Amino acid sequence: MSSTLNIPPQFEVVDRPLDTQMTISMGPQHPSTHGVLRLELVIDGESVVKATPDIGYLHTGMEKLFEYKKYQQGIVITDRMDYLNPLGNNLGYVMAVEKLLGLEIPERAQTIRVLMCELQRIASHLVWLGTHALDIGAMTVFFYCFREREKILNLIEAASGGRLTPSYFRIGGLMMDLPSGFERRVKQFLDGFPNSVEEFHKLLTGNRIFQKRTQGVGRISAEDAIDWGLSGPCLRGSGVNLDIRRANPYTGYENYDFEVPTEPDCDVWARYMVRMREMKESRKISTQALARLKPGPIKADAPKVVLPDREAMKTHMDALIHHFLIVAEGFDVPEGEVYHPIEASKGELGVYVKSNGGPKPARVHVRGPSFVNLSALPQMVEGEMIADVVAIIGSLDIVLGEIDR
Amino acid sequence: MVTASVPDENNTVSKEKATPSLLVTALQREHPQWIGEIAEAFSEVTAMVPREHIVEVCTYLKSSEEGRFDFLADICGADRGPEEEPRFEVNYHLFSTTKHHRVRLKVLLNESDVHLPTVTGVWRTANWHERETFDLFGVIFDGHPDLRRILLPEDWQGYALRKDFPLRGYEPYSLK
Repeated sequence: MSSTLNIPPQFEVVDRPLDTQMTISMGPQHPSTHGVLRLELVIDGESVVKATPDIGYLHTGMEKLFEYKKYQQGIVITDRMDYLNPLGNNLGYVMAVEKLLGLEIPERAQTIRVLMCELQRIASHLVWLGTHALDIGAMTVFFYCFREREKILNLIEAASGGRLTPSYFRIGGLMMDLPSGFERRVKQFLDGFPNSVEEFHKLLTGNRIFQKRTQGVGRISAEDAIDWGLSGPCLRGSGVNLDIRRANPYTGYENYDFEVPTEPDCDVWARYMVRMREMKESRKISTQALARLKPGPIKADAPKVVLPDREAMKTHMDALIHHFLIVAEGFDVPEGEVYHPIEASKGELGVYVKSNGGPKPARVHVRGPSFVNLSALPQMVEGEMIADVVAIIGSLDIVLGEIDR
Repeated sequence: MVTASVPDENNTVSKEKATPSLLVTALQREHPQWIGEIAEAFSEVTAMVPREHIVEVCTYLKSSEEGRFDFLADICGADRGPEEEPRFEVNYHLFSTTKHHRVRLKVLLNESDVHLPTVTGVWRTANWHERETFDLFGVIFDGHPDLRRILLPEDWQGYALRKDFPLRGYEPYSLK
């Protein structure tokens, strides 16, 4: 053919159908990528052929920074990883260090930790619900969710002084005891919360558009979910009954009565239902924790690690010395390495701490649940419509601060 | 915890008593070259694995009836410092979604030869963990399907979490 038409050799005639695929870049400034996530999507028409997540836009070298800070200074770094669940991050980190130190945490401190973590879990799920619905097009839910979340942030602020970065848990206990009247305020919130959940259900669960956008979308089977390392609500949405609070109980979760919700559908809808049910379970745990609050110490009996009370510093010489030494030089942590997993709002948050002795860690690594959950995204979006990518990202509930660290 | 029982002649552990430490001890007896030193501290079990056997050990632990370590929780590297030899550690944190027990496998690497085989064939979740370890420590996972930097830019010089990498980097970074 080319010889008859005298086509010059540089114009090669290719005998194949026109290429219908194209590559587009979604993000990093896309509003529904929940931060700065970039997806390289290969699409054919409207369906996704291949997706490659590109992360690292928020990388701030937190794991490097840990090695240059004293153990107690590391707590404030953890706040900034998963900024929707900072108390959970605090807990994972301080418990890992406490494991190395072999500290016994008093009953009251443990109960308060459970209470605060469950409130934080509700707050985190509320942000997920609001933004997930917003991504799919339901704007109203967002305002309802943030109204409720505001109440929880006010509670966290009352206890710790911070709203987004509380750093409330300290190695060996808590920063300080709960303020007076706190139990009443929590009870007030918890009493009103079931009504709010009913409101969310009314707005979304029966909504035909929402159902169509979520049911059967972004499926991942239980075997695949385990193989990809999914954890938390994403794993339970695939029908796997796994909750670290049950599997490897910590800070007294074995004494609480709660259900682990699972859904068998493996899709966006299942992950939605799991989180909706989980909020009710978290409320149940919070109510139980509230009933268990008894007066008592909130710090471990370890004067070389835990800062002394203000009053003791004014009257006791040794308390003053310990205070000075902890602040100026830090405390020595025995050699060793631990990996401490907790059930954060998004899944298994594992904190690996390695100590060579001395006041600074040799290595801190955080296994962020969002990081691992996001790595399974290509598996879930392949073959789906491009509009569903947004729904699937929303259902994973990722926080880029934790992924990039 | 460990004193509960000892493996019988067949190197198998009775089901209700199968703790991770007994499992790796039994595995060590079966394949002495697979498992080096076994340590238990802070109620966590650490087993040293020579790098050439890491895939076999992982495959075995994943499929073994008593172990069922079907969930790779984490892979993280660690640098012991430029003066240490072997310098690098790669830690694998395994978890079982049915038995709910955990074990840590540790591979030691010399600075002169930072290669080890990938376990992406055992668990697909290893993909990003290994990329992160490569990105921050320069450990090379042979056979990895897509070994690129993941957190830092692709043209980044050096490996940020090595102890000899300065906290603030060598020079202000700018995109080229």
